[in-house]
Amino acid sequence: MRYIEPHGHMVSRTTDDYQAMVTAGCAAVCEPAFWAGFDRSGVQGFYDYFCQLTDYEPKRAAKFGLPHYCWLCINPKESEDMKLADEVLSIIPEFLARPNVLGIGEIGLNKNTRNELKILERHVDLAAKHGQMILVHTPHLEDKLKGTRLILDVIKGDQRIAPERVIIDHVEEHTAKMVLDTGMWAGMTLYPESKCTPARAIDILENYGSERIWMNSACDWGISVPLAVPRTILEMRKRGWSAERADAVAFGNPRQFMSQNPRFQI
Amino acid sequence: MTRNELLDLYFMDARAKLIDLAAFLDRVDRGTGEADFRLAAFREALKNLGGLQPTRARDVLLSLSDPTAEPIEKSPGKGAVGAWRKVESEC
Ligand SMILES: [Zn+2]
Repeated sequence: MRYIEPHGHMVSRTTDDYQAMVTAGCAAVCEPAFWAGFDRSGVQGFYDYFCQLTDYEPKRAAKFGLPHYCWLCINPKESEDMKLADEVLSIIPEFLARPNVLGIGEIGLNKNTRNELKILERHVDLAAKHGQMILVHTPHLEDKLKGTRLILDVIKGDQRIAPERVIIDHVEEHTAKMVLDTGMWAGMTLYPESKCTPARAIDILENYGSERIWMNSACDWGISVPLAVPRTILEMRKRGWSAERADAVAFGNPRQFMSQNPRFQI
Repeated sequence: MTRNELLDLYFMDARAKLIDLAAFLDRVDRGTGEADFRLAAFREALKNLGGLQPTRARDVLLSLSDPTAEPIEKSPGKGAVGAWRKVESEC
C-alpha cells in the first residue's frame, strides 16, 4: 500500500505519528498553514510558524524518509483581525521561493463574515499575482454550505485563477457536487467526529466519481487520526475496490494535483 | 455490492448508532430545563431518515445548515455548534 497525506498538520503530531505513517506506506505529507488553537499575538508569530513549516518540519520529516511540503497563509479563524491579516499577507511572498512551498493555503472562511471574505479575496489576489496554486478550507458544520458557496463565488469571480489549480477541502455530501461542477478539485477529510467517515468518503467517490478528488486525515492537535487515509484504503478493499482503484485515489490523485507545481517530485 | 453484502458489512455498526441515537434522545428527555434550538434542529433533521431517495445524508446535512447567502457582519466566536440558529431579527 502507498498513499500521500495531502493535508496533515504535522507540527502538532509526534515522531511516533511520522513513524506510523511511513510504516503504513505514506510517500509524502503536505502541510497547510492553519490555526494554532490559539490566536498569535502578532505577525512575528506567523513569521516563526512559516520558518517552522519551510525549514524545521521538512527536516523532521526527512528523518523518517518522508518528503514534506507546505502551503502558506493566515487561516480564516484569525482573519477577522484585518490589520493582523494584512501584515501576515505582506510577509508571505518572501517565503514563496522556499523549496517545499506548494502554494497558498489553507485559506477560506470560518464563520462567513465580511472581514474573512475580504481576506480570502486578498489571498486569492496574492496567489494570482505570484502564480500560486490554492488550497481552501471550508467552514465547519452548519457554516459549511453557505461558506462553500461564498468561496466558490470568489474564486470563480477571479479570471486569473485556473480552477484545476484549486482544491476545496473538507467537502461532504451536500457540497461535493457543487465543487466538482466548477472544475476545481475536492478534498474529503476523514475525521472520527465530524466531516467524513471512511464509509461516507467511499460513498461520495462512488456517487460522484474518483476524478479530481482526494482524501486526507487533516490530523492536527484535535481529535483526528493520522492513519485515516490507509484505513480508508482498507475499507475500500472491503467494499470490493481493487488495489489499483484505491491506489489511484489515495496516491494518484494527490500526486496529479500537486504535480502541477514542479517542486512536487514524488 | 449487493444489498446483503452491504448489510453484512455495515448492519451491526448502523444498529449500534441507531440505538445510540435513541438513547441520546431519551437522555435529553430525562434532563432538566429548556433545550435550546439544537434539539428542535436535530428532530427536524431526523425526519430525513424516513426519505425514500438515497440522498438522506445530504438531506440531513442540508437540514442542519445555514441556508442564508449573505456574509455576516461580525464573527460571534470561532466555533460552530452543528445546527443553525435562525436569528429573529433576520426574519
Ligand atoms: Zn487543516
